[in-house]
This record gives sequence, structure tokens and C-alpha cells, in this order.
Amino acid sequence: MSHEEEQKDLVSHKKAQKAQERKAFRTTIADDDLEAAMEGERQELERTWARPTGIRGWFTDTDHKVIAMRYIKTAFVFFIFGGIEAALMRIQLSRPNNHFLSPDQYNQIFTVHGTTMMFLFAVPIVTAMGIYLVPLMVGARDVAFPRLNLFGYFIYLIGGIFLYTGFVLNTGPDAGWFAYVPLSGPAYSPGKRVDIWAQMITFTEISALVGAIVVIGTAFKMRAPGMTLNRLPLFVWAQVVTSFMIIFAMPAVMLASGFLASDRLIDTHFFNPAEGGDAILYQHLFWFFGHPEVYIIFIPALGFISPIIVTFARRKIFGYLALVLSLISTGFIGFGLWVHHMFATPIPQLGQSFFSAASMMIAIPSGVQIFCWIATLWGSKLNIKTPLLFVLGFFAIFVLGGLTGVMLASVPLDLQIHDTFFVVAHLHYVLIGGSVFPLFGALYYWFPKWTGRMLSERAGRWNFWLMFIGFNLVFFPMHQLGLNGMPRRVYTYLPETGWGTLNLIASIGAFILASGVAVFVVNVVWARRAGIVAGANPWKADSLEWSIPSPPPNYNFHNIPVVQGRYPIWQMTVDAPVVRGLSTTKRETLVTSVMDAQPELRFDIPGPSIWPLMVALGATVALIPGIFTPWAFLVGAILTGAALTAWFFGDPNYENKTARETGERSETVSRTPELQPKEV
Amino acid sequence: MEFKENFPAKAQRRKEKLQRRIRPVFAPLRLCGKIFCLLLLCFASCKREQRQFAQPPSNFKSYDVTMSDLHPGSPGLPQPVPNPSDQRAFDTNEGKRLFTQYNCSGCHFNGGGGIGPPLMDEKWIYGENPENIYSTIIEGRPNGMPSFRQKIPDAQVQQIVAYVRSMSGQLRKDVMPTRNDTMNARRSEQRTEREKPQHSSPPLND
Amino acid sequence: MIKTMSTTLHTCKRLVALTAALCFSSCGGIQSAINPAGPNAQSLSRLWWWFFVVCSIVFVLVMVALLLSLRNRTRESSELVAPVLEPPAEAERRRRNVIISATTLSGITLFVLLVVSFSAGRSLTADLPHKNGLNVDVVGHQWWWEVRYKDVDASNIFTTANEIHIPVGVPVLFSLQGADVIHSFWVPNLAGKKDLIPGKINNLWLQADKPGVYRGQCAEYCGMQHAQMALWIVAEPQEQFNAWRQAQTQTSIPPASDSLKRGQQVFLSSTCVMCHAINGTPAGSNIGPNLTHIATRNTIGAATLANTRDHMAQWIKDSQSVKPGNKMPQNNFSEADLQALLDYLQSLK
Repeated sequence: MSHEEEQKDLVSHKKAQKAQERKAFRTTIADDDLEAAMEGERQELERTWARPTGIRGWFTDTDHKVIAMRYIKTAFVFFIFGGIEAALMRIQLSRPNNHFLSPDQYNQIFTVHGTTMMFLFAVPIVTAMGIYLVPLMVGARDVAFPRLNLFGYFIYLIGGIFLYTGFVLNTGPDAGWFAYVPLSGPAYSPGKRVDIWAQMITFTEISALVGAIVVIGTAFKMRAPGMTLNRLPLFVWAQVVTSFMIIFAMPAVMLASGFLASDRLIDTHFFNPAEGGDAILYQHLFWFFGHPEVYIIFIPALGFISPIIVTFARRKIFGYLALVLSLISTGFIGFGLWVHHMFATPIPQLGQSFFSAASMMIAIPSGVQIFCWIATLWGSKLNIKTPLLFVLGFFAIFVLGGLTGVMLASVPLDLQIHDTFFVVAHLHYVLIGGSVFPLFGALYYWFPKWTGRMLSERAGRWNFWLMFIGFNLVFFPMHQLGLNGMPRRVYTYLPETGWGTLNLIASIGAFILASGVAVFVVNVVWARRAGIVAGANPWKADSLEWSIPSPPPNYNFHNIPVVQGRYPIWQMTVDAPVVRGLSTTKRETLVTSVMDAQPELRFDIPGPSIWPLMVALGATVALIPGIFTPWAFLVGAILTGAALTAWFFGDPNYENKTARETGERSETVSRTPELQPKEV
Repeated sequence: MEFKENFPAKAQRRKEKLQRRIRPVFAPLRLCGKIFCLLLLCFASCKREQRQFAQPPSNFKSYDVTMSDLHPGSPGLPQPVPNPSDQRAFDTNEGKRLFTQYNCSGCHFNGGGGIGPPLMDEKWIYGENPENIYSTIIEGRPNGMPSFRQKIPDAQVQQIVAYVRSMSGQLRKDVMPTRNDTMNARRSEQRTEREKPQHSSPPLND
Repeated sequence: MIKTMSTTLHTCKRLVALTAALCFSSCGGIQSAINPAGPNAQSLSRLWWWFFVVCSIVFVLVMVALLLSLRNRTRESSELVAPVLEPPAEAERRRRNVIISATTLSGITLFVLLVVSFSAGRSLTADLPHKNGLNVDVVGHQWWWEVRYKDVDASNIFTTANEIHIPVGVPVLFSLQGADVIHSFWVPNLAGKKDLIPGKINNLWLQADKPGVYRGQCAEYCGMQHAQMALWIVAEPQEQFNAWRQAQTQTSIPPASDSLKRGQQVFLSSTCVMCHAINGTPAGSNIGPNLTHIATRNTIGAATLANTRDHMAQWIKDSQSVKPGNKMPQNNFSEADLQALLDYLQSLK
């Protein structure tokens, strides 16, 4: 297509949108009058969906975009904290027999580093991306359970603050992020350090479960008409698979940490071999969660990559069905791998071999995904902007990490490299390469949608290359260190081991990596004020979130579109219908069927509410003093029960001033809205 | 004229804009601050988590230790010497380990006594204050308690003293050890009810 | 743009080469898994190199495919490119075939790797019950290794710590137990690692084919001093081993001179006797390492310090400065007492 023809295409596209709006009113009124009527509707919607203001407003605002941004900012703050801890560790390890940190400090720092990154950064931030973007991508006005969503954020925030308060007061956990018994048991970890860890797990796992429920509800029941499962964006597929994994994995860690807490507080013997318990039981319970946990962190990142590649390759994704099936099978197989963390225990070799086979098998769906993406990129005219640059970085780093994972999957080989720096290298290659790099790409990609401004492209390039080079400098030498015999979780090492040089290189790389992250922070701060103003669709992408203004209005969609294909914006026809009939004076959205997104009912979305905060505080009363006395659970349960009662039976519109003014009350109406027939 | 009229309005708008910008920042900070203070109160006694590996000299002495409150003369009673290990969970846990490893349990068993008197009850023959117990361990006592002077370092004796007192529930709950990671012969010290120490006479020689 | 990409690529290549050179320069080492000294480690090292070669090939192929897909780079704005929703069917079919073949090939490769790994694993454990060699019990404590040499004849059983002698060419069966928390016994030059878990017994056999000293380290986080819980395996010819073993089964050498007698007195009347055993004296506590033949060991403090007089003095006076948090307390001896004690300990051959 020549340049002029392409321009004409764009213009006719705009005309089609206008014609669509005209069709919606089923009249031939002039453009100006139509504009005025639409504007009037928009203003009413803005009033209805207005966010509450003031301090109370901060605590009651249930807008999914607001909550997601809070999650992202909080998780990023924890990412910085975790990075500082990592920098401290690298300084300590840069020379043999270093005295920068005492062993106690080092042990607390590596434990809190792992715990922060896994529980307080990685899972919340990928869930948050889902909470922000899934409603926008499926064409909904809010998430399925807005108040539950808000509760999830508060629980997460309180859990994170709890952990760090303990850390600051010398009560930080020091038994590793996995806290194996008997080391973390009552006899070998005195005090309340490990109790804080176990309880923080409860906070963050409740938050993750809540996020999962919200995403599943939204993705399955609140899609725009016409968005059948076959047309669901791959981002949403990834979030759905992740959410199901969370629901099945989190209870295992709940059991592990709960049993550990009860062993420590009320003298149970779950993990006491002398009284009939088993130390390996803890490992099974923990790793049944622990392995899916890393896939929970990794699979959403796969969901970030697909839209970025589609947008930049300017073509439909290659192998949609294969990609969806790969996501689902990765999710399934991910639950069958956990014993590969336990190959050094006396589990019989035949049993271990099943897990070895599964651990190798899971490389196949990941491989299929990589091949499909490369096939999508192949031959396309690529304008490599920062999001795509990060995705390319993902390919390089994750594939290497995945291959070292195949090495670790082999039982005998694992017996040499298990619990050494080789594993440290592997896990950072797959987690940072597989999740953090796509995350940064996603942040660059969706930042214009969230804030209305583009991030600086030049700073983005510096950001990427500093991170890429720094990352490889830190973690590549660790492969060699592991093979040379350096175990994990050591606060120092002797000079005669010869590990000093590689450790020094790694430490230097750490600061380069940190500077890359610093460039990102500066970029964000600068772009908020001075970035190029982005329109609705600066990347000319295909999915629904790019059809609304940037930043999106509180109500997301004025008229929920009827989706006509897998690539809604690219496939929008001139006479594409929209959903009309949803109220502008109360908060309403459309609930559709699971498979084919047939409209089912108009659903009243609950508005702002104080009760999520109250329930979170009630849970806090149960959990935090609960590390000192079991009576706290009783008191907390009563308070939580009271708050829940108020939540369920209270007036859902109490905080929503507009609803109170107009007198509109919530109700469930079971009639389907009118769809405009296709007129020629 | 117009400019003058608009000026206060402009300033007002700017002020409102500033407030709108700051307010969203204050609210979460305030929330975090409140939670932080609450947690600080909970963990105020974080001596519990101290681990002293380099031991300072002990301020206990094993002689000149009184067992009675009766005291002649005018200057006040010597103040009971507090045991810093009483506040540290690590120390009471170490005391528990040493109690078994140094074979205190050989005579005192798991606190129920046998060859030696019980340690988990309310009866104290030679005094229940830390300096009394310290003196008992260092000096030994008639009727069979050996002297461990120069056998057990002072810092470890303090840890054992703290543990012995925890056997009858004298310490703060969050500092006392919980269940053994081996066989358990008794309720954990943390769940032991606090006994009211009483003086008792030495056992009769049969 | 293309020029900057190629110069960047060039720099990257140089960086990679430099890093690789640095990495592989330290391929040897006394604690290296790829410097095998026994059949176990040899088979694992071979396995490693197989995996390394195969995985490197796969990596290079994927990277080449990726870089080739970037051939058509442009600086033009993507707004002007209309999205392709109906790509040519022929090209799509070709791509599908390539992907299916690549996936099949990956599956086959993984299966081959699995089989290779499984058979290597079998060779490590297959003969476990039938090995007619040496039997050693290792009990992991926080933060030292208790070593017990077993024998059918009870008078040949002895206990030592942190240093294990084995004869060259003879398989040694280790029975691994944890006393307090989970540790992991790992001597990379000789074998993979196995965990020492309280309440369970784990078995490992290994064999040294070359005489030498092989350093091992605890490989499961076990608390404050996990970093300084190492051990030595000394492989020596059979005769030397027999002599060593013979000496270890003897009780301690009685003190001959006055200074040694004084040293023994210091030992028996101070804190030492509460934790350490010396066979042939009243000291019988097994809380800490057995010191009957301490002078024959090359290191102290679980391979933290070399066993010299100065180090021993430092260890006795203030082990907390070397290994903070370890279970040995600080000790205050007068200078004369300390020297006598050191004399005595150094006489315990």
C-alpha cells in the first residue's frame, strides 16, 4: 500500500467511527447535535463515576485503575528496597573475608531480599497490570468486585509494612525466603523473626487470592459482546491462567506457613520428627506452592509480550491457538515439578525421575511460544522502540535461563549444582529475564495509556542497555561460581577458594544494573511533567484499551463496543455496533456469558466504600498480634466478622454522593440492552 | 482592573491545585505512619532479638548474694541484679540447649527433678532471683549441686539462669522458648503458667 | 541505526568473549564440580559438558533466528504501516511447518537429555548396597561435621571431625544424618550433594581416583555460620590410609613432659571439658568435635583456619571474632595456662 492510500485509510477509519456514533442514535441528526448529545452523556457519566475526594476518598476509592496504580507504585517501592538489599549483599561478597555486614545482618538481608522480591514485588505487580488492563481490554467499565479489589490492596500494603518494620527493628526473618524447618522451627530460630515471615505470607497470599478472583470474574463475565473466548487477547489469557494457578497454589503455602506458625506458637508437632512429624513435609508443602509461584510471576509477563509484539510487528499473532494452549499447559505442568527443589533429599530416585521428566517437558510449551513470537516478528518491518527492545532482551535472557533450567532438571546434574550460585544465576535469568524485562517493556508500552504522556525514548534506550549489560555482568559469572563450588546463602568465603574475581565482577555489574533502574525512575518522573502528550492510541495498537482516551476516564467506555474480531481496533468495520442503554446516572456495566459473550444482564457496580479498609484492619488485628498470642485470632475474627457484615448488608451507595443525590438505588435488572441492528 | 480582580482568584486556584497535588500524597503517608507507629509499639522491646556473640564481662557475682529480704542496718537492700539474658529470646533458647548439653537434665531432668530438686515448681531452696541461681551454679550447693566455676563461661551461665527461670514461667512470654525439636516431656516454657516463687527448705538427708 | 546496532553487537561480542575468558580461566580449583577426581564426579562432569554443548547449540540457534527476524528494521513510524490481518497463506504454512519441526526436535532433544541424565543417575546409586568399601557416618551439626568410621570390629570404630581420610580407589559409603537442622554434604570434586535431614538417613557413595585434598562445604543454609562449615576429604594411598586409621583408633597420647601435664590439667579443669572429648582422659563430652587426635588435622573450626599454633590460640581465646555465632564461647586463660594448653593440644597426634 502506498503512503497516500494508507493515509486515506486512516481518515476513512475516523469517518467510520463518526458514522458509527450516528448510527447508534438511529437518526440522521447533524454532527454537531450528535456531538452535543454525546458530550452530555459523558458529563453525566463523569458525575456518576466521580471518584471520592479527600482523605476519606483515598481510603474508599474503588476505581480499579486507581487501585492498580497504587499496587504498581507500592510494588515498585518494594522493588527498590529489594534492590538495595541486593546491592548490600553484593558489596559484602565482592571480596573474600569481607566485614561490611555481620553474618546476622547478611542472613536477614538475603531473606528479606528474597521475600520482598517474590511476595511483595513480583506477584503484586503482575496482578496489578491485570487489574488495570483486563477490564480495559475486555470492554468493561470496572472490575467484577471493586471493593474486594480495594481490600486486597490494603492487606498487601499492611503485610509489606509489617515485614519491613520487623526488618528495621532487628526482627527481620533470617531463615531464607523459603524458611526450611527445622532451622525455622522453634528450637533453631528463637524470637519472633520467623513468625513475622510466616504471618506476612498470610497477608500477601490473601492479597494474591483476591487479585486472582477479581481477574477471573472480570475476564469471564464482563467481556464486551462479541468477544468470544476465541477472541480473548493473549494478555487476558495469561492473566486468567495465572489467576487459576494462584487459586490452586496459595493454599499450599498457607498450610506450610500456618503449620510453621502453629509449631512455633502453640506447640504443635507438624514438623517435629521426634514426635511424629516430618521435616520434609514442610518442603513438599512449600514447594508445591513455590514452583507454581515462579510461573505465577512468569506467565503474566508472557501476556505482556504478545501485545507488544503484535503492535510492533503490525500483523496478527502467529499461532494464537498454540500460544493459548501453551499458556494453559505451562500452568498445568507447573504444578507437577515441585520435587525438583528436593532432589538432594532421600526421596527415592524413581519418584524423583517423574519430576525430572516434567521439569524438562515444561520447556516445550515455552519453546512453542518463543517460536511463535519469532515467527510473528519474522519479515515484519520493525521500528524498534523501547518496549520491543525490552522484549528482545527477554528473548536473550530468558532462553538462556530456561536452558540452565533444563540442566537443573536432570537429577544427577542437579546434585552438583543445586544450592550453588549456579541456581542463583538460573533463577535470576528466568525471573528477571522472563518477568522483569517484559515488565519494563510493558511499563514503557502502557505508560502513555495510564498517564497520557510518552516516556522518553532516549532514556528508555539507556535504561535498557544499562540493565541488559549490568544484568549479564552480575549473573553470568555466577554460573561459573556455582560450578566452582560456591554454595548459596554464604555471607563470606575464604580467599583460597579463588572466587574473588568473579564475585567482584558481579558486584560491579550490580551497580550498572541499579543505574539502569535509576534511569527508569528519572524517566518516569520527567515524563509525568514533560513527556510528549500521547493520544488515545500512540502505538496504533489493536486492543480495546487503545480506543479510549489516555488517561482513561473513570468509566472507561462511554459506549461499550461490540467486538468483531481478535484485533478489535484493526478489525472495526464502518457499521460496528455499540452497546447502548446502560445507565448514565448509576454505575452499571454489562455482564455477558462465559463462552460467547452474549449479553446477560446489566450489573450494578458497587461504588466507593469504607468497609474494605475495615475488614483489612480487622484481619490485621487477628494476624499481627497473633504472632504473640492465639487469642488475637478470636478478637480479630469478631472484628472482621462485624466489618464483613457491614460490607455485605450495608448500603453500597453510601459513599457514592451522586447516587445519593439522584436517589438511584442498586438493583439487578435482567433485561438485555438494545443492540443496534446493522443498517446499510 | 481585570488583572487585579483575577489575581486573588488565580492565587486561590493555584493554592487549590497545590492542595490537590499534595493531599493524595499525604493520605497514604499518614496511613503508613499510623501503621508504622502501631507496629513500633508492638515490637518496642526488640531487645528480644539481640544476639550477643562477643561477651562482655558479667555483672553478676556469686558471693555476697542474699537469699532473704531481711537486712540489718540502714542502707537499703542491694538491688536485685537484672539478667540481660531475661530479655533475649536467643539467650533463653541457648540456655535450653546448654541445660541439656551440660547435663543439668541429668539431675533435674526436664524440670521435674529427681536426683536434684525440681526447677519448674514454685519452691526455691536457695533463692529465685537471677543472682541466686547464678550463685548456685557457680558455687555449687550442699546436697549434691556441683560447682561449675571455670567450667561454664559467665555469659553461658547467664543464659542458663534465664532458662531456669523460664521453666517456671517467670519471664515474658515472647522471650521464653517454645517446644523442643526433639521429644517433649513437658509443656513448652512459653505455655507454662507463671509460678509464684516461695522459699523452701533444703531436702532432708535420709 | 543499523550502523549503531552492528557496533553495539561488536562490543557485546567482545564483552562476552572477555567474560567467557575470565570465567573459564578458573576452570580448575579444589572445590570445582568440573574438575572431577573420582568416577562419580567424572560422570557428572561429563553429563555437564553434554548438557552444556546441547544447550549452547539451542541457544545459538534461537538467537540467530531472533536476529534474523530483525533484518527488516526501520526508523519509520509504525503508524504508516497498515496491520496485516491476512498474511499470505503459503508463508504462514511454511512457518507453521518450521515451528512444528522445531518443536518436535526440541521434544526429541529433551527426551535424549532425559535418558542420558537418568542413566547417569543410575550409575551413581546402582551399586549402593553392594559397595564393599569403607563405611563412614557423617552427622551434621551447627556448624561442624562429626565423622564416625564404622567397622565390624568395634575396636576399630572411632570418631573425628571435619576431616575425612579415604583410600584412593576404594568406594566409600557415607551415611548422612542431621543432628539439628538440615545440612548438605558436598564435595564437588568427588560427588554430588546429599542433604542431612534430622529424622532421616541419606546415603551417598563416592570414590577418589587420585590422591589429593578435596574441599567440601555445607550446601544447605543452616544458620548463622553456614558460610564457614567446610570439610576436607584427604585421599591417600591405601598404606598411608591404613596407618592414619590405625593411629586414629588409639586413645590419646598421655602427656609426657610437665608442660604437657599442665596443659592436660588446664583442659580438664576448665570449660574445654564440658564440650570436647579426648579418649583416654575423663573428658567424654560429645557436644563439640572430638579432639583426641586434633594435631593430625589440617584445619580447625570446620576448615575455617589452618591448624597452626597461632590460629589455635586465636580460636581458643576468641573464636567469635573468626566465626561469630558459633557455639564455642570465648575463654580467658592466663598466658602460661594457654601456652601449656596449646602444647598439650599440639601433642595429640
